[in-house]
Amino acid sequence: MALTNESNEERPMRALFIDRIWPTLKVVISTIGSIAVTMLGLLFITFIIGRVMPIDPVLAIVGERASQAQYDEVYQQLGLDRPVIVQFLFYIWDVLHLDFGISVLNARPVSEDIARVFPATLELATIGIIIGIVTGVPLGVLAAVNKGTWIDQIARLVALIGYSMPIFWLGLIGLLVFYGILGWVGGPGRVGIFYVDVVPSVTGLILVDALLDGNWDVFKSAFSHIVLPASLLGYYSLAYISRMTRSFMLEQLSAEYVTTARVKGMSEWNVVWKHAFKNIRVQLITVIALSYAGLLEGSVLTEIIFSWPGIGSYITTALLSADMNAVLGGTVVVGLIFILLNVLSDMLYKIFDPRAK
Amino acid sequence: MSNTQTLREWLLTETPTSRRHAKISAFYHGWLTLRSNTMAMIGLGILVLMLFVAAAAPLLAPHDPFTQDLGNRLAPLWSDGHVFGTDSLGRDILSRLIYGTRITLYIVTLVTLIAPVAGLLVGTVSGYVGGWTDTVLMRITDIFLAFPRLVLALAFVAALGAGIENAVIAISLTAWPPYARIARAETLTIRSSDYISAIKLQGAGPIRIITKHIWPLCISSLIVRVTLDMAGIILTAAGLGFLGLGAQPPSPEWGAMISEGRRFILDHWWVATVPGLAIFTVSLAFNLLGDGLRDVLDPKAGD
Repeated sequence: MALTNESNEERPMRALFIDRIWPTLKVVISTIGSIAVTMLGLLFITFIIGRVMPIDPVLAIVGERASQAQYDEVYQQLGLDRPVIVQFLFYIWDVLHLDFGISVLNARPVSEDIARVFPATLELATIGIIIGIVTGVPLGVLAAVNKGTWIDQIARLVALIGYSMPIFWLGLIGLLVFYGILGWVGGPGRVGIFYVDVVPSVTGLILVDALLDGNWDVFKSAFSHIVLPASLLGYYSLAYISRMTRSFMLEQLSAEYVTTARVKGMSEWNVVWKHAFKNIRVQLITVIALSYAGLLEGSVLTEIIFSWPGIGSYITTALLSADMNAVLGGTVVVGLIFILLNVLSDMLYKIFDPRAK
Repeated sequence: MSNTQTLREWLLTETPTSRRHAKISAFYHGWLTLRSNTMAMIGLGILVLMLFVAAAAPLLAPHDPFTQDLGNRLAPLWSDGHVFGTDSLGRDILSRLIYGTRITLYIVTLVTLIAPVAGLLVGTVSGYVGGWTDTVLMRITDIFLAFPRLVLALAFVAALGAGIENAVIAISLTAWPPYARIARAETLTIRSSDYISAIKLQGAGPIRIITKHIWPLCISSLIVRVTLDMAGIILTAAGLGFLGLGAQPPSPEWGAMISEGRRFILDHWWVATVPGLAIFTVSLAFNLLGDGLRDVLDPKAGD
């Protein structure tokens, strides 16, 4: 638009475009490009997995006792007689249309199933990351400010334990202690058994649905069920977020402008939060996006422990019943979100951090 | 070396007399730094203990890890002859834990033999050759780096079939990219250094330069990264075992043992708790050692 403008404003507009908009646009374009390439790589791998698997997709549909004619018909229907490269292109075409095939288990489209289970995972991971941010960032800052003291050591220990603990085991112990012995939280599942399907599913996020419906009993039940698995996931992101926050903060606190601010007589609180912390926000967003992606994936094992009907449970159930369409569909969806968050965090970093240019 | 010199003096000398002497001396200096790090030494101690337990498993285990005793199933902790109790088939949990160290070590060793070596190969070739090779190889690395590891490992195992070896392949396939990145970064700095030009002038070919002069310099940063990653690898392997996709029953794999004990968690908590503690201890040990090694071998990366 600026380039076609023939008025006197052309020059500054063009300068604005070249200086400000174009670099950002360039980052956006290259980001879209790398998402496309990475997605293509992911699809290639899931395609290969689908090809090398020992399960015959035709037999899975027609059954053991089908005649050769029936077998051949389905074989052609599935397009298995075409060259592999053509099959791959058709596969990409299908995925672009969100068609992951039919689940062998319940004869429904995999995409419908995924759309149904995904909000549960989203809800869990989102509350998990909120817990992780709210606890991890202050802990990291605190550790950096008190570097080398016992506070720093405790923060380090907390993170180290988080890195070393098997999440499914910690989930089991959590269930045993807080549900089995203390009875503080709800057990497995998203809501208590009397509240299943009580509120209409609008968003699929049961906390939001309960609020929309104004049903406080369901909300309370759902909250008591989500608090334990979400805290668990939150703890895992806390480990990562607090360590990264600490090292970013240390870098800032050793900078000269911090010394200057202190010499000027600025209070320590203002030095830490108004100066140093302000400068690590961009880096933090990157870290948070990465750990959010990690949580979406890490919820697989957590979901199984807590019988949480999300995408992790969906993939593993499909896995154990050899429902490959469902497994690969789930993998592609998780992979896509993972890649998007990964690349987006990279893009944010490039746009907002002038040094990255 | 004069006779009056002690071994310690010989190791700490500022003027090494031979190439091997210099190497040993550098190693000793590193060891001294590592030794002053209590946490790292605790980690190392746990891992050495684990090696010992795995080697001496038949001598240490009080019972056969596979012998079932249905009359004495789910025996509690400290019960007669079973320090950690028994599982749902009456098998001694302590003995199964002891034999389980072998499986964990087996997985760790195999992944260490595959993933870092593959990463080293890709990274150094990419960094040294440069140009199109570099672009393509690094693009592939980036693609793998952006994949969800556990989910992809799940899909791989689903296709290849459950089992330890397949779990190892699946983990390695998703674990190599960071090593390739590190190796490439190291190669890029080494490639332009003077001594590489000197060897080139002496007529050394690319293969010789990469294997004899670049690889040895990449090793230390790789060792740090592998040690730090080992905890994650153990946790992933245990996760696959927990899902029934890793080691198959009756193998005493720790993740599978937790999965087995899961059904009894409310009434017989120790069946699942004890193997979880074992996994935790070993991955904590790797993390502690990795932190210490980083301080010794790669001081830039530390705080």
